[in-house]
Amino acid sequence: MAGSALWFSLLLAAAFAGRATALWPWPQYIQTSEQRYTIFPYTFQFQYHVSSAAQVGCSVLDEAFQRYRDLLFGSVSFHFPQPMGKRHMSEKNSLVILVVTPGCDQFPSLESVENYTLTVNDEQCFLLSETVWGALRGLETFSQLVWRSPEGTFYINKTEIEDFPRFPHRGLLLDTSRHYLPLASILDTLDVMAYNKFNVFHWHLVDDSSFPYESFTFPNLTKKGSYNPATHIYTAQDVKKVIEYARLRGIRVLAEFDTPGHTLSWGPGVPGLLTPCYSGSHPSGTFGPVNPALNNTYEFMSTFFLEISSVFPDFYLHLGGDEVDFTCWKSNPDIQAFMKKKGFGEDFKKLESFYIQTLLDIVSAYGKGYVVWQEVFDNKVKVQPDTVIQIWREEMPVRYTKEMELVTSAGFRALLSAPWYLNHITYGPDWKNIYMVEPLAFEGSPEQKALVIGGEACMWGEYVDSTNLVPRLWPRAGAVAERLWSNKMLTNLDFAYKRLAHFRCELLRRGVQAQPLSVGYCDVEFEQT
Amino acid sequence: MEHRGLGWPRLPRLLEVLAALAVQAVRASAIAAASPDLSLWPMPLSVQTTPRVLHLSPDNFFFGHSSTSKAGPSCSLLQEAFRRYYDYIFGFYKWHHGSADLRVGVELQQLQVSVVLEPECDTFPKISSDESYTLLVKGPVASLTANRVWGVLRGLETFSQLIYQDFYGTFTVNESNIVDSPRFPHRGILIDTSRHFLSIKSIFKTLDAMAFNKFNVLHWHIVDDPSFPYQSITFPGLSEKGSYSSSHVYTPNDVRMVIEYARLRGIRIVPEFDSPGHTQSWGEGQKDLLTPCYNGKDPSGAFGPINPIWNTTYSFLSKFFKEISTVFPDEFIHLGGDEVDFDCWASNPEIQDFMRNKGFGRNFKKLESFYMQMVLDMISAINKSSIVWQEVFDDASKLMPGTVIQVWKVEDYTREQSKVTEAGFPVILSAPWYLDWISYGQDWKKYYAVDPLSFEGSQEQKKLVIGGEACLWGEYVDATNLTPRLWPRASAVGERLWSHKDVRGLEDAYRRLTIHRCRMLRRGIAAEPVFTGYCDHEDRM
Repeated sequence: MAGSALWFSLLLAAAFAGRATALWPWPQYIQTSEQRYTIFPYTFQFQYHVSSAAQVGCSVLDEAFQRYRDLLFGSVSFHFPQPMGKRHMSEKNSLVILVVTPGCDQFPSLESVENYTLTVNDEQCFLLSETVWGALRGLETFSQLVWRSPEGTFYINKTEIEDFPRFPHRGLLLDTSRHYLPLASILDTLDVMAYNKFNVFHWHLVDDSSFPYESFTFPNLTKKGSYNPATHIYTAQDVKKVIEYARLRGIRVLAEFDTPGHTLSWGPGVPGLLTPCYSGSHPSGTFGPVNPALNNTYEFMSTFFLEISSVFPDFYLHLGGDEVDFTCWKSNPDIQAFMKKKGFGEDFKKLESFYIQTLLDIVSAYGKGYVVWQEVFDNKVKVQPDTVIQIWREEMPVRYTKEMELVTSAGFRALLSAPWYLNHITYGPDWKNIYMVEPLAFEGSPEQKALVIGGEACMWGEYVDSTNLVPRLWPRAGAVAERLWSNKMLTNLDFAYKRLAHFRCELLRRGVQAQPLSVGYCDVEFEQT
Repeated sequence: MEHRGLGWPRLPRLLEVLAALAVQAVRASAIAAASPDLSLWPMPLSVQTTPRVLHLSPDNFFFGHSSTSKAGPSCSLLQEAFRRYYDYIFGFYKWHHGSADLRVGVELQQLQVSVVLEPECDTFPKISSDESYTLLVKGPVASLTANRVWGVLRGLETFSQLIYQDFYGTFTVNESNIVDSPRFPHRGILIDTSRHFLSIKSIFKTLDAMAFNKFNVLHWHIVDDPSFPYQSITFPGLSEKGSYSSSHVYTPNDVRMVIEYARLRGIRIVPEFDSPGHTQSWGEGQKDLLTPCYNGKDPSGAFGPINPIWNTTYSFLSKFFKEISTVFPDEFIHLGGDEVDFDCWASNPEIQDFMRNKGFGRNFKKLESFYMQMVLDMISAINKSSIVWQEVFDDASKLMPGTVIQVWKVEDYTREQSKVTEAGFPVILSAPWYLDWISYGQDWKKYYAVDPLSFEGSQEQKKLVIGGEACLWGEYVDATNLTPRLWPRASAVGERLWSHKDVRGLEDAYRRLTIHRCRMLRRGIAAEPVFTGYCDHEDRM
């Protein structure tokens, strides 16, 4: 890094140049001044540079240009001040985009480069990026730099930005099992994620409560496991739509099919899959986790995950593995016999390991990588070295910082979620605690720290559905977004508050029902329908 | 002092209402026998249902006036309510089902409404308004009988909650007999439009949801330190300079619309103009109203509470409250009086002199009381009654009888209730119901478990509790999160204040509340989920 002193002086300079304080998340390097240029909505265009690898016809950018044009000028297009008199230097008619590497039709990946530089000065208004994904991030920044005077004129200040993410995995988890979320809620969330430079949508599709994912191999899963098989489901078409909508915004879709626990809703559609619990010597009528003692189970999983691997294009799948309750397994005589046969003794962690290992082998045979919850690591399941471990437990069995240390010292890549369970709510400005989390604040070597690929804000659904999702997510998740994107030295809460409050108003202007941070108002308020 | 038109003389009438309720309450045990499918919220005093079902057809059902009713089609309050409830019952579905096929059984063709006494169609609801009703559901004509239109409104809500769609989508209702009246006459929701502005559309939505929960008071905390959105006719500078912006104001027409919208739903609007503290935003538009704070011998440039020593203060307030008393028809005005910070007063040399002259010593509570007494007298002189926050009682040596005390401090609130009622003042309880204090999980249970009369005191003291209010302060709430934060959490308070005190089973409440929440959702209220689960049709919300 170019030295913290320099960086801070730039930061101060930016704070002075008022308008730039609207940026969220804050770029890595920024220099901006009071000198400003007028933008005329009538004539303004996004243009591909002649030597850009992406040109007209690049779906990702063509559509982004349209979106950002609407976001910038859309709602007010009928009363723009007309450009008057002759054109001069202090006017910008276009943002020129140059993408170095082709790749408009690919999916973003963990390795995607999101760097960009944005230059607005007398000579040019120019966005340079390695990939289309970087261009998307730069367009978002550009849209946040444009401001409007009380008279209605659009301006952009002279600015130089060089930006890149601190972590490559910046995710948001939605839970569509505890409560079904209409497709529109998911798509809207993807929009706001892009505004915050999030790049992973972790879709916790199914769980105990319901199975809304419509499987074409096993249609009974949804028919019998969804809240309502006609309305509360995601069809193959819905899933495609989500994946493409996300792709166009540079967002990966990480699908989670959590097993062997959290699977009650799978049971009705696949008889024999779940473990029958026993009360003494008789089945009690209730069911536990997936039955790991049956070959049928693995045959089912093999077929099911073949489908999942083809439906979800991302290299990674999330296989869950959290909170496996052993009491039901313990009660079942068939499982007891299986344990004896395998020589597991009374150690049900070994049974869990057996299940997970078999599953991981299945999934890796399909050429997929995987993410699992920390229990898989805690219970000493032997996993492949490139497994990603997601850390979610705040205090148990150890504090999450300790867990980060353990996971990375074992050589695994880590994903942090523990301090970012946004479904947990408290009175007051809790975004500050969310913001002040430092993902690398654990004991460990630089090599260990390098294994932290990012983090995720989680919005579990026990108490959340489309009625309260948006205000509960935004702008609180924004605090996570900046922590994962921006420089680690950005820890000044006042500076963050000013920008986040401004950004929240910008979200309202863009039609997002983001809740207030504190007392105050926005020029454009949310309009009750 | 003349005891005219104020809270005190009205109190006995109020007590009669409460006593009548106590008699009826004996019948509440019938609730236990109610059908498990019933999802009434709040639970009526007495419900008898039978397994015999009636069917309704959207094309053939109507609300009508009984020939013996004192109200007829000229009562627009009822006509509007008929249209609303027709829509609540059939509206959401009728496009999907058209006219239902009534295969078997008896059809319910009409709900005949009968108002027994002078209906009060064109008046405003009052604290003493009679909200009781009886509802007899049988075919082909059901009847809803009430003394006044207010009872009809409550009965229509209950009627609409009785109707469900059977397995084939047919609108169905069980033959039932319901006798109902509220436990407390003051059942309020507080909204705060100063910390964040709420558009009147948001307020309308809130009033809709209040009616679904049989709330009858909107306590409108309209101004406070951060902003002054109320556009005063007499002092337009207050909102011109004290509002967040010129689009963040309530014009006189806005206020009229809110009052009328509320009236049509049997809801009173109680405006609060909190003083002498919480008034920073007043200072912008009204020079020389707030106390200049001193830093040693010089004014610091900051301002404190309203200056209680100048005559100009009282002549301003007198004109201001005269306007308020004509704009807001309710008998009550809320005068605030909470959290007065004495530091600024103490720093000001003029106030120090005044204290000396009055013989107040260093006791600023006496100065606070002096101020409040002046304002209370003012309100009584314009024939209105006052509600104040508990500090006014706590800090006063003597207080005008009949002043209603709102208990809000959560520490020892039952003791405060004992003290206030022992001194003979009516009480509104809010302390356990600050809904802006959010936490993870099902906190509605906590609100539901509260009993407003669980304090030590005589029967007479208990009778002084006129009700309660769920408060949603606005520090972290605006139009983006108001509705899901209020509902269905406030519903827990709604039932506590309406239903018999023995209605408190959590399991049954959970079951009914979950269904009630889906019902609100269907009616366009974005009420948040109680817990994991789903509602029909939410996929289209």
